Amino acid sequence: MSDQTPTADPTRTDPYEVPEDADRGDTSDDRPDYLGGVGDAAEGTVYTASGGDWDEIVASQAERGDERLVVNMGPQHPSTHGVLRLVLETEGETVTSLRPAIGYLHTGIEKSMEFRSWTQGVTFCTRMDYLMPFWNEAAYCLSVERLLGIEDDIPERAKVIRVMLLELNRISSHLGGIGPSGMEIGALTVMTAALREREMLLDIYEAITGLRMNHGFIRPGGVANDVGKAEIAEVRNSLKWMTTHTREILTLVEHNPIFKGRYSGVAHLDLAQCMAMGVTGPMLRSTGYAWDLRKEMPVLDYETYDFDVITRDTCDAHGRFMIRFDEIWESMKIVEQCLERLEKLEGAPFMVDDPKIAWPAQLAIGNDGIGNSNEHIKHIMGESMEALIHHFKIVTEGFKVPVGQAYVPLESPKGELGAHVVSDGGTRPWRAHFRDPSFNHLQAMPMMTEGGMLSDVVVAISTLDPVLGGVDR
Amino acid sequence: MTSDQTPATPDSGGQDLAQARAPRPEERRFADKHGSWGRQGGPADTSGYDGLVRPSVEPATAVRPYGGWFDAVVDVLNELVPGAVTRVLTQGGELTLEIATGLLTETARALRDDPRLRFEGCMSVSGVHYPDHVGHELHVVYSLQSYTHRHRIRLEVMVPDDNPHVPSVVPTYPAADWHERETWDMFGVIFDGHPALTRILMPDDWYGHPQRKDYPLGGIPVEYKGATIAPPDERRSY
Repeated sequence: MSDQTPTADPTRTDPYEVPEDADRGDTSDDRPDYLGGVGDAAEGTVYTASGGDWDEIVASQAERGDERLVVNMGPQHPSTHGVLRLVLETEGETVTSLRPAIGYLHTGIEKSMEFRSWTQGVTFCTRMDYLMPFWNEAAYCLSVERLLGIEDDIPERAKVIRVMLLELNRISSHLGGIGPSGMEIGALTVMTAALREREMLLDIYEAITGLRMNHGFIRPGGVANDVGKAEIAEVRNSLKWMTTHTREILTLVEHNPIFKGRYSGVAHLDLAQCMAMGVTGPMLRSTGYAWDLRKEMPVLDYETYDFDVITRDTCDAHGRFMIRFDEIWESMKIVEQCLERLEKLEGAPFMVDDPKIAWPAQLAIGNDGIGNSNEHIKHIMGESMEALIHHFKIVTEGFKVPVGQAYVPLESPKGELGAHVVSDGGTRPWRAHFRDPSFNHLQAMPMMTEGGMLSDVVVAISTLDPVLGGVDR
Repeated sequence: MTSDQTPATPDSGGQDLAQARAPRPEERRFADKHGSWGRQGGPADTSGYDGLVRPSVEPATAVRPYGGWFDAVVDVLNELVPGAVTRVLTQGGELTLEIATGLLTETARALRDDPRLRFEGCMSVSGVHYPDHVGHELHVVYSLQSYTHRHRIRLEVMVPDDNPHVPSVVPTYPAADWHERETWDMFGVIFDGHPALTRILMPDDWYGHPQRKDYPLGGIPVEYKGATIAPPDERRSY
């Protein structure tokens, strides 16, 4: 059985070969609209607006006297947060229909993970939603750990380091949502100030993990390296700086009538709509419902941390903006508690006590800023043949994970994030599927925008805070 | 976590393992593994263990009592939609219900609407391809959440490769819309009754369903200082 490769369609020898008679449309391109798709059938007049002067288009449309216009917004558009494409049907300035189109950043991460070891999977999934890399890593690792049955064996220090990084990541992700929210309506200073704050956090990530993003730091069984005293001090300093400076962003917009006018009552989504569309996170909490998986179904000992769930009851973009802001303070509270715990747990293990799972090598800072631990190299190269064999086997083969499936939902900055991980008992994931909150939330775009103003569409996008790396995976 | 939420200890899966029933042959999802290097089609197995045959050790079917609220959910579901639940698993403290494909619509509706169940949200739908699970090659896995009771269950339906039809749950759970489109796009599962089952991640004119196991990963050998490394899908696995 297993030596035969099953085929998708038994009637065809190669099910994925493109048939000769496949309809690829008319490939002759003698039309003036050279930017339009080849062979696309269009009803009515087609305008190609690609920068430059649009006076001609405006005049021509005015001449026709038809208010109905189908606008293709994206996938390359500064207000669509990456490569989101929206197909809008407008009647004057009113949006009558909106259809999001995604997939422009699909890179097959889930498929690629099926061909790497369980530990290597972390380096892939961290690149999904690139504004919350630690959350992707944590969602994957917690599911793998449940399959391994080592959930209760994860050391305390590893869990505290994870929570600290996750909450710092919540702050930087929210800053990545707040900044563009301002930029979208012309308040560019909000963006630059948010990027300035985010830079502080990226410096922390770099100090702890070595990288500003794509960390691969949370591993099945624990974390890749310890957090030292110097890093703890740096986190403290940065938090102190941010406590005073992040508020500047709020003072820019808090009482600004333009901001309030553009955000209040816009992109309405009430509780029933959120529940039906599976919308979670700040969007759900803006309906007044205090649903937060950190409180409802806690993992990583979240129930032992003191923090509040922030809600608003406005159901609109303004409420969500304020929730994101207030959650930054709550996350700072959690990080403070983590730092205290880390100081108490000084020297405690940060990787599961199982040499068959734990990565043997530690990294150390060499003269050039990077490098391996000399202690470890001395041990495997000079002292113990068995240690060398073990090192070689766990790095090349990895470890086996029992057959089964697991899904651990987490309250990521954007909403519920979870990895459905399936194992065939081997050293590679059989399947790893990520339930990305942005993917789910984009479904609600028509609900939030249809019947509203065209200019409110960009507000609706920014209030969703989608990251297309996570949406398309 | 309160005891209400975690009826099962993670290692025992909510039951005494001695009582648990081993999966029947038709329930086994993976074939036996041959040799020491696992995957077929790669480089020849020179480990000396090429004759080794290891049967797939799969999670056992749960037996009553499942523990905590698990029993109550299964009881209510059996009462509302008799015959829907074909198998119950409690691995890792998560309740998995295998559902008869033809009864999925009724099951979803009962799970959402009955006050004792109230699974209001379908959080995720994903496909899994098990080419060795003969007659049930394509699985669709639903993750349902009850906001009211703080419960979470997993539904699993299985269809054969040559007739991959699953009733859509979109009329009950609108949130499943894009998730089902993705499962169609990636696995070729046809969701009957879906309002617009079109590709979502791949281009509209794409052939094939990339996440199926018989769809190649692609890739070229990497050359470095005269030596080459095979693409990931041709490397040895264990």
